[in-house]
Amino acid sequence: MKIQIKNGRLIDPANGIDANKDLFIAAGKIVGVGAAPDGFQANRIIDAAKMIVCPGFIDLAARLREPGLEYKATLSSEMSAAVAGGITSLCCPPDTDPPLDEPGLVEMLKHRAKSANKSHVYPLGALTIGLGGQKLTEMAELTDAGCVAFSHADHPLTDTQVLSRALAYAATFGFSVWLRPQDAYLAKGGVAHDGEVATRMGLPSIPTTAETIAIATILQLMRSTGARVHICRVSSAIGVQMIRAAKKEGLPVTCDVGVHHLHLCDRDLGYFDSNCNLMPPLRGLRDRDALREALKDGAIDAICSDHTPVDDDAKQVPFGEAEPGATGLELLLPLTLKWATEMKLSLSDALATITSRPADVLGLSAGRLGVGCAADIAIVDTNRTWRVEREALRSQGKNTPFLGFEMVGKAICTLVDGHVVHES
Amino acid sequence: MNHNPQLNKNGELTHLLTIEGLSAEIVRTILDTAESFVSVAEREVKKVPLLRGKSVFNLFFEASTRTRTTFEIAAKRLSADVLNLNIGASSTSKGETLLDTVDNLSAMHADMFVVRHAQSGAPFLIARHVKPGIHVVNAGDGRHAHPTQGLLDMYTIRHYKRDFTQLTVAIIGDVLHSRVARSQIHALTTLGVPEVRVVGPKTLLPNGIENMGVHVYHDMAKGLKDVDVVIMLRLQNERMNGALLPTAQEYFKCYGLTQEKLALAKPDAIVMHPGPMNRGVEIDSAVADGSQSVILPQVTFGIAVRMAVMSILAGN
Repeated sequence: MKIQIKNGRLIDPANGIDANKDLFIAAGKIVGVGAAPDGFQANRIIDAAKMIVCPGFIDLAARLREPGLEYKATLSSEMSAAVAGGITSLCCPPDTDPPLDEPGLVEMLKHRAKSANKSHVYPLGALTIGLGGQKLTEMAELTDAGCVAFSHADHPLTDTQVLSRALAYAATFGFSVWLRPQDAYLAKGGVAHDGEVATRMGLPSIPTTAETIAIATILQLMRSTGARVHICRVSSAIGVQMIRAAKKEGLPVTCDVGVHHLHLCDRDLGYFDSNCNLMPPLRGLRDRDALREALKDGAIDAICSDHTPVDDDAKQVPFGEAEPGATGLELLLPLTLKWATEMKLSLSDALATITSRPADVLGLSAGRLGVGCAADIAIVDTNRTWRVEREALRSQGKNTPFLGFEMVGKAICTLVDGHVVHES
Repeated sequence: MNHNPQLNKNGELTHLLTIEGLSAEIVRTILDTAESFVSVAEREVKKVPLLRGKSVFNLFFEASTRTRTTFEIAAKRLSADVLNLNIGASSTSKGETLLDTVDNLSAMHADMFVVRHAQSGAPFLIARHVKPGIHVVNAGDGRHAHPTQGLLDMYTIRHYKRDFTQLTVAIIGDVLHSRVARSQIHALTTLGVPEVRVVGPKTLLPNGIENMGVHVYHDMAKGLKDVDVVIMLRLQNERMNGALLPTAQEYFKCYGLTQEKLALAKPDAIVMHPGPMNRGVEIDSAVADGSQSVILPQVTFGIAVRMAVMSILAGN
């Protein structure tokens, strides 16, 4: 289908474009930027007047809950939520049930995702069998099946010898390993950041050292194995500083931040709001501010939603018993824009954090709008305000600290491979 | 999520969940009301009709004989109908959620829930959930708060010392795990006590406790110097298992209250303990039974304070 998107403000951070240019699509690819190719006859013209036309967003962490956890959410509902949020590519962590540790499971997931005809899904393979932290998975086979990297999700990998060998094995093939830095022993039993707020609230806490000790271990093992590592959901000021220094040293390390951690800190737990029970925990004010700066200066590479749908029953319990996580696919865009506005950054810089920069982490030539690129596009109204209500969210996860809040920014139309997959 | 859940639309106390956020005025009103109830215990017929016709449900998800008993006595002296819920045997062990349990009991026309739960914040969840007009009293939630204990401790201090603004108070022991300590700290600072000290090893004092308005001491001798009120906290056996402490014996040596250590405080200092005591662990028997101990009066005052809390809530 030949599509022309006209009258929009085209923002393509990777190519430094921020101008009123039309976009021309054919056979699922971009065939013209600014000017139509010869003989182009559009089957459909989309009028993007007063809208931003940008690359579709790339979310480095979104739990789709399939296979196995369908009572929390399904592929169908979550993929609808993704494209409603303007997300055209997403990575799903391997902590499904069973975990993504076999090529067959990965193939099935990819197949089901493709049939949904919405966002591209890039599975992260399990680093160890069953995420049990003992035996390696068949990383080469899993990569052939479609895994873009290997992860241990939120499961602890306490045996440093296994971790070291897993990194070395991955490094053999140049595979990237994604790790959430949390020392299992220091974090044991904790549900909130170790600081004056958890002290006041009497909540068992997770000290910052749980993250920084894990980061130190990861960086040291990177030096000895040569592995490429992506550190997931950094949450502390000291952690960020360690990663910044490692990058300066030249280590092949990247990292991301969960979009909620850019805005919230431990004080936002308020009167024990279980929707603020997140992993890693919301840390202190200084940590939050350090994360916001680090994303701006590049110490943090990208934002992700860390989308984690949790059923009501698992949240409507006392704080310490709640399942951690927040729904995020539909909030990624407005919360990213909010961060950028508050940091006085341009729209292009804002959108880079969820388009070209995550694409670079993945090593994909996605997140950009040059001629020949896949037509993965989001048409965004940056002035549209909407209220976060249960009914407004397409995700089955209604668990958000922002329930009742007003958001600014909405994807009005989303295209994947040149097909319109969402329109509002 | 942002408004103080303890207050109703008119700014009156409708739940008692924590002392944090209560004005000094409200705290003093509770203490003054308690004073009027102390005399009830001395009468032959120890009852007033303030809660007649009301149903008070004791919802104890954590075992407790002492606190539950004092709440029961307090409610009965107010002429309320009291129901004790043995949660272990109830539907919760069959998988019923906390909120479903509360809904079912509300449907049986409960007017007031007295709740003790192992999780910090549980009473807030319940208070947000019940219909207006049903009152929730926190009888202890996790490590977070035990407001009636904090209040009865203030009542006790006021009874013996009168003026809060001239006092030095030391809270000694496992502050990290203590909901009583947190409630006491809020109450003491709210009532204007100029110096509140916490004393204990680093492993038992939580991160950032100074921000609650206390001075931190690790040396008990220094912490006790010239103190007017000594509050000893209970040490649980589990602390030895979690690598927080080596043995009860070493704890007693460093942080146990003996006659000798008590002599470092003011000569007319009072000794308090929320109970139950571990004799020989945090407190020497000689001190517990000695002339400066006010531990037993604390228990008596506890009934009057709980009567005050329940009557104030029911009246709002």
